[in-house]
Amino acid sequence: MEFDLSLLLNGIVSGLLLGGLYAAAASGLAVSFGMLDIVNIAHPALMVTGAFTVVVLGTWLGLDPLVVAVLQAPLFYVFGIGIYNAYHHFFEKRGDEALQGLAFFFGVMFIIEVGLVMAFGPEQRFLDPSYAYTTWRIGEIDLPLRMLVPGLFAMACIGGLFVYLHRSFTGLAIAAVAQDAEALRLMAIDPVRIKRLAFGISIALASMAGGALVVVQPVEPSSGQVFIGRVFAICIMGGMASLPGCIMAALLFGVVENVTATFFGPSWSPAVAFGWLLLVLAFRPQGLFGKAA
Amino acid sequence: MNANFRFWLGAAGLGLALVAGLRLLGNDYGYFAGYFVLQYVVLAGAWNILGGYAGYVNFGAAGFMAAGAYSAIVVRQWLGWDLIPGIFAAAAVAGLLGLGTGYLTLRLKGVYFSIATLCLAVVLQTLVVNWDYVGGSRGAYIIHARDIPPFNSYSEMLFIVMLVLAIGTTGIGRAVEMSRLGRGLQAIRDNERAAEAVGVPTLRLKLVATTLCGALMGVAGAPLPYYSGYLNPEAAFSLAYAVNAIAMPLIGGAGTWAGPVIGAVLLASLQQAATVTISSALNLWIVGWMLVVFVAVAPRGILGWFRRRG
Repeated sequence: MEFDLSLLLNGIVSGLLLGGLYAAAASGLAVSFGMLDIVNIAHPALMVTGAFTVVVLGTWLGLDPLVVAVLQAPLFYVFGIGIYNAYHHFFEKRGDEALQGLAFFFGVMFIIEVGLVMAFGPEQRFLDPSYAYTTWRIGEIDLPLRMLVPGLFAMACIGGLFVYLHRSFTGLAIAAVAQDAEALRLMAIDPVRIKRLAFGISIALASMAGGALVVVQPVEPSSGQVFIGRVFAICIMGGMASLPGCIMAALLFGVVENVTATFFGPSWSPAVAFGWLLLVLAFRPQGLFGKAA
Repeated sequence: MNANFRFWLGAAGLGLALVAGLRLLGNDYGYFAGYFVLQYVVLAGAWNILGGYAGYVNFGAAGFMAAGAYSAIVVRQWLGWDLIPGIFAAAAVAGLLGLGTGYLTLRLKGVYFSIATLCLAVVLQTLVVNWDYVGGSRGAYIIHARDIPPFNSYSEMLFIVMLVLAIGTTGIGRAVEMSRLGRGLQAIRDNERAAEAVGVPTLRLKLVATTLCGALMGVAGAPLPYYSGYLNPEAAFSLAYAVNAIAMPLIGGAGTWAGPVIGAVLLASLQQAATVTISSALNLWIVGWMLVVFVAVAPRGILGWFRRRG
């Protein structure tokens, strides 16, 4: 194939936009996996659940998917708290996180995925907002609103989370729980309550990422599977608990994946995720932007 | 008479009784259902070697199994090898796959290995879908001889092959449990740092276990294309294998050689009976719920439950 500069430029720009979506998907995981040390492999499945509820509620209410995503987030927050309560009661308290806890989240992921197949059938669902077919052009570069709007929405969500974690008292407590849960007890704060809250937030973020996902592409019950590799790779590359690192890693990841898809065909993009994950785990497990462990 | 001898004698006796019973029944369905259950005995036993003894969770059972199945297809198309050499090829390929994944991720915390195996299945599926030599997304056909003497039928032969593999896997699991390898793995599960400190070569033992686990999972998959006569990526990488490979040992009792056998026979028979009556999605849904309920309420599985009582 002849090398084409505008193709490469467009690949990079839409990769950045795609990276915005990935950042939204991975930011919730940066809270649960990065800060709380809860290996929530059901995170992408919950994101896809969020996408499906956005389709159902959005069609019913006739609202924009991203508005619905914000409106439904409290429901997922409560759902997340329920999951954490079960996880804490049966696994964390007993010290069984490693094997049984992982199997638990795998089971949850499986139940969600098969449940979605039973409820909605295996076919793809989508919801077209009014701007779905508009594309802005800046010189040679295309900016499809279908990608741009969810990308900006994702950045707004992560920005809100960042301010919350750095400015509010509970936000700081979440960061503290990540560092030393026992020390928090000495401050008369219940670490379990803080973790419950933080896990709820991470699931709410997953559902909002689901809203962004359904604007970008149609979803099917198994959509979450490809995202497992992506979000964990991004989270680890970004240095686990760091939100800026998570965004940087997601943007980089989106660009690499999209340029690969442009030049080698889209069916190869899941392989990129796995390749990166393996390389990062083998050579820089502390992440590209993390401090040396 | 020592315990080893008793185990092999018992296993051989049970195997012969099964074959004789199915011959008396004289129904091909019996062989198919039996094969279905026995492939899960192999898969669950393979998972147990790494997951049960060392406490490292392999989520990629479907990936390793499909690697085995497709290895069997490749050596058949390329070299004209039949089922038995295909099984050895599958063991080699899937074992190397396990070794590679383990080598890259096992120096870190166990969760990274689990996450890597989870993605491995997705990526292998991508590769197979893009690989026209093995049929791509359309799938591959295997046309086999009708009957091979001294067996009554082809399905009886497949059943007996799988029976031998199941007994072999259980025997390997038992041998691992009794050996230095098994005790080392158990030490890793209980406290990896302490094990390292007293001189257990943790990385080497973990690599041996991942290789063995991968190879046996590949072996479980190798006869699959012969069994169904046709294999496409969707069937080979079915999530059902991944969830069953974890649910069966955990429900039966992980970390014991008999646990996976109990779990596999129980769950696979249940699913085989249920596919006739209810939809396959609901069927898998029930397995998912059983997994979650069991790890929450009975983390040591059925065997652990009895041991505590007894």
